[in-house]
Amino acid sequence: MKKLRLATLWLDGCSGCHMSLLDMDERLLDLAASIDFVYSPLVDVKTFPETVDVTCIEGAVSSAEDEHKLRTVRERTALLIALGDCAVTGNVPAMRNSCGIGQVMTTVYCKREALNPQIPATGLPTLHDQALPLHSFVKVDLFIPGCPPSADTLFSALTALIEGRAADLRLNTRFGA
Amino acid sequence: MTAQIITLTINGLQVSGLASETILQVARENNLPIPTLCFLEGLSTQGSCRLCMVEVAGSPKPQPACVTLIQEGMEISTHTEQLLHYRRKIIELLFSERNHVCAVCVSNGHCELQDLAREHGVDHIDFPYRYPAMTVDASHSRFVLDHNRCILCTRCVRVCGEIEGAHTWDVKNRGIRSLIVADFDTPWGSSTTCTGCGKCVHVCPTGALSEKGKSVAEMLKKRPSLPYLVANRTLEH
Repeated sequence: MKKLRLATLWLDGCSGCHMSLLDMDERLLDLAASIDFVYSPLVDVKTFPETVDVTCIEGAVSSAEDEHKLRTVRERTALLIALGDCAVTGNVPAMRNSCGIGQVMTTVYCKREALNPQIPATGLPTLHDQALPLHSFVKVDLFIPGCPPSADTLFSALTALIEGRAADLRLNTRFGA
Repeated sequence: MTAQIITLTINGLQVSGLASETILQVARENNLPIPTLCFLEGLSTQGSCRLCMVEVAGSPKPQPACVTLIQEGMEISTHTEQLLHYRRKIIELLFSERNHVCAVCVSNGHCELQDLAREHGVDHIDFPYRYPAMTVDASHSRFVLDHNRCILCTRCVRVCGEIEGAHTWDVKNRGIRSLIVADFDTPWGSSTTCTGCGKCVHVCPTGALSEKGKSVAEMLKKRPSLPYLVANRTLEH
């Protein structure tokens, strides 16, 4: 049987969703029989492959770089999964959206710094004014809410994808789970 | 005087009720669930959340079950595809209107809005989020009002006016600018009418009203501790 080419991507999130992937523990060995992990922060591949069957994306889209990565991945991926609340709703990264990026930068770099408070001129990503969920930019094929979704939820989802049952998938998860 | 008995069908099932009963009451008596949010048994009915909309044969538009009285020969459907679609969109609109960040909410895991989303398969919000800048009123010594989580169901307004008799809460402004306010829009802590009873906190379906000091997912609403509400009498038995 041809193995499922799986990739994962980490945008503006805490990596908790990737930790949930690792929390599948010994079940990862079962999955390894039918999955090729072709790109992920968890594996040592530097460039995103040209064609991927399934990509799970963790995190909201917060910068031009995030958006660029997301659009590239969408083009090269057959089935795109918004993995976890940040990717699905914006969640915690989007809590800055109601006050604007200017106020966020001032609060973080100026108001709490006693000595020489200033916003660094280099080394900071250019942040969008709002952190937004994936589907604000591209078509998302499957949403897996949860903060983070449990290892059981991810295992059910991936197993269903391997067995071609993605269409009638009803996952036992919710916002904030 | 004998009460008039009315017969009707709900989802094809023959049921009967008193002329003074609503579609929602008769449905629940017959174990036919209709989702609600602003409705709370024991309080006056508001009909504002629109989740309990049902289809009545012959009526061109859906009717709110909580405020519509039954009539002889009514044919009611509670779960058509169209109604389920409307309900999902209503839930999505509620999520998109203010800042509902379940993961860091005091009511995570004990929230009626969150539960409704899950029950209706709402796994993302199609509408663009509004991200309004909302305030949090923590001026009261024991309670907190977080406007970010408020869905304007007005259960707090009704329980305070109708059960506690204090009428501390009310709604200011209209439409999307509506806001729950204490007295004449004073900080909750300086309200002269609030008795500190906490009924509003425990009827609130979301994390908008909570007890001070509760952290993420810690705010359990104690409905059975409100015995004056009919709902709680039925819960206990």
